[in-house]
Amino acid sequence: MDLATVLVAPAALSAISAALAILISLTDKVVNNYGEVAIDINGGSRSFKVNGGANMLVTLAESGIFIPSACGGRGSCGECKVKVNSDVGPHLPTEIPYLTNEQLEENVRLSCQVKLKGDVEIEIPEYLFKIEQYEGVVERIRDLTHDIKEVYFRLTDGALDFKAGQYGQIEVPPYGKVKEPTQRAYSMSSVPSDTNHVEFLVRLVPGGIVTTYVHEHLQEGKKMKVIAPFGDFYVRDTEAQMICVAGGSGMAPFKSIFYDFVEHGTMDKRDIWYFFGARTKKDLFYLDELNELQEKYERFHFIPALSEPEESDNWEGATGLITEVLDEYLRNTISTETEKEGYLCGSPGMLDACMAVMRERDMAEEKIYFDKFA
Amino acid sequence: MNPPDISLIPLLFASIFTSNILLANFLGMCSFFSISKDMTSSNGLGMAVTFVLFITSGMNWVVYHMVLVPLGLEYLRYIIFIIVIASIVQITEMVIDRVSPKLYITLGIFLPLITVNCAILGVSLFLEIREYTFTQSMVYGLGSGLGWWLAIMLLSAIRKKVEKGPVPAPLKGPGITAITIGFMAMAFIGFGGMLPVQ
Repeated sequence: MDLATVLVAPAALSAISAALAILISLTDKVVNNYGEVAIDINGGSRSFKVNGGANMLVTLAESGIFIPSACGGRGSCGECKVKVNSDVGPHLPTEIPYLTNEQLEENVRLSCQVKLKGDVEIEIPEYLFKIEQYEGVVERIRDLTHDIKEVYFRLTDGALDFKAGQYGQIEVPPYGKVKEPTQRAYSMSSVPSDTNHVEFLVRLVPGGIVTTYVHEHLQEGKKMKVIAPFGDFYVRDTEAQMICVAGGSGMAPFKSIFYDFVEHGTMDKRDIWYFFGARTKKDLFYLDELNELQEKYERFHFIPALSEPEESDNWEGATGLITEVLDEYLRNTISTETEKEGYLCGSPGMLDACMAVMRERDMAEEKIYFDKFA
Repeated sequence: MNPPDISLIPLLFASIFTSNILLANFLGMCSFFSISKDMTSSNGLGMAVTFVLFITSGMNWVVYHMVLVPLGLEYLRYIIFIIVIASIVQITEMVIDRVSPKLYITLGIFLPLITVNCAILGVSLFLEIREYTFTQSMVYGLGSGLGWWLAIMLLSAIRKKVEKGPVPAPLKGPGITAITIGFMAMAFIGFGGMLPVQ
């Protein structure tokens, strides 16, 4: 086989592929040109024109309206629900698993799966208008444990207004083998009054795109985009006892919530029980800060629990799975007279187990609020 | 090149009836089985397959005889044919999405799966093996498509009837469908002697 043959085959293959690719993109231009379409939100509260053809999630984000999406539009989180009042075709098989029968009937759609082909009328909660994109510069980044970092951003373009407990999306730029900007959701751990800054706790997940970036590439002075605020995990203003349970970086919203209480002088308004689960002593952090709060405020109780303490830890606190410790306290220590509210933040497994315990101990299901890591 | 001595009209009828791509060659069975449950989607898919077959048989003929043969690259035909088919399917998909979103959603995953529909690659390979001329290829492609369409329409009509009948439980669904296809194939093979196409 001579050289010509070796060269001709790939050349012919590439030429034919290129010709077909051109043909496809030409058709795409002609066929997928939906022109301008009008979007009407909440019965005329906002309306504007955009270019059709792309999916609704992306198009809305380009117009500055950020629908929550933990997966970034891959159709795998089911967060980006929007009620659509115009006919945009039947539900796709990709949407159905995420929608309840009621939502199917009301034509609630996953906005990342709906292609904008004509004028649409949609309904979204008003608070979504408050969600904006901010440019952040890392002011401080430090290790809290061997696998959790605390990242403190300064927002360079405006102040962020949020309720303690809510979350934001961090967007990391393409790096290494990751070719697209990637967004993931993290709870804010800073207090809302610090409006020009925002802090996140990021735990390293092996293979995670955003966590790997934060742990291996992010340095002080680097820029990152933050889209916030999202979520309904904030403290309800009642007199009920707060039963808070967290694990790992689930600490974040509680840090924000407790220091927000301190600032508002409401730390002594109600009983707060904060259970924090970890495996060994090296997985614990903010111990000094939380113990200080406990000493200062009579009604705040901090219960760190280790499930597998090592000999060298010299651990004198609670031992066992966080669910066992929680159950023990709910039965023996925490008053059964006063009403209780549950606040949970952590991995789905931990959350489900804790919720089961709370239900068992007669806590009302609708008064258990949670922030599940997706 | 030595094109087979068969004029166009017999070739068209032969490819529709006597050597029906589905019932005589048993190509393109996957979607034949699954989509034939519903008559409307069968009709839509039949149309799409016919369109794709017609276009790809013409395009693959041109690519094979104008590019691959002169360059001595005949051995690349499998990969090239598949690329051409995939692109045409992609285009068809976009057009259907625009023209009839309802059909687009009913066809769902089976539309992109036309790419790997054996009937389509089969036709492209047959016309190369049988050394058809360009016109013959186009007619053969069209005929095979119409044949596929006809077969799936017939099957979906029969399935509608069969559904209402007392089918023994173990044979429900794919079982009885396979048997039905067998009977249909026998009927079609009955035409076999009339119009041989090699």
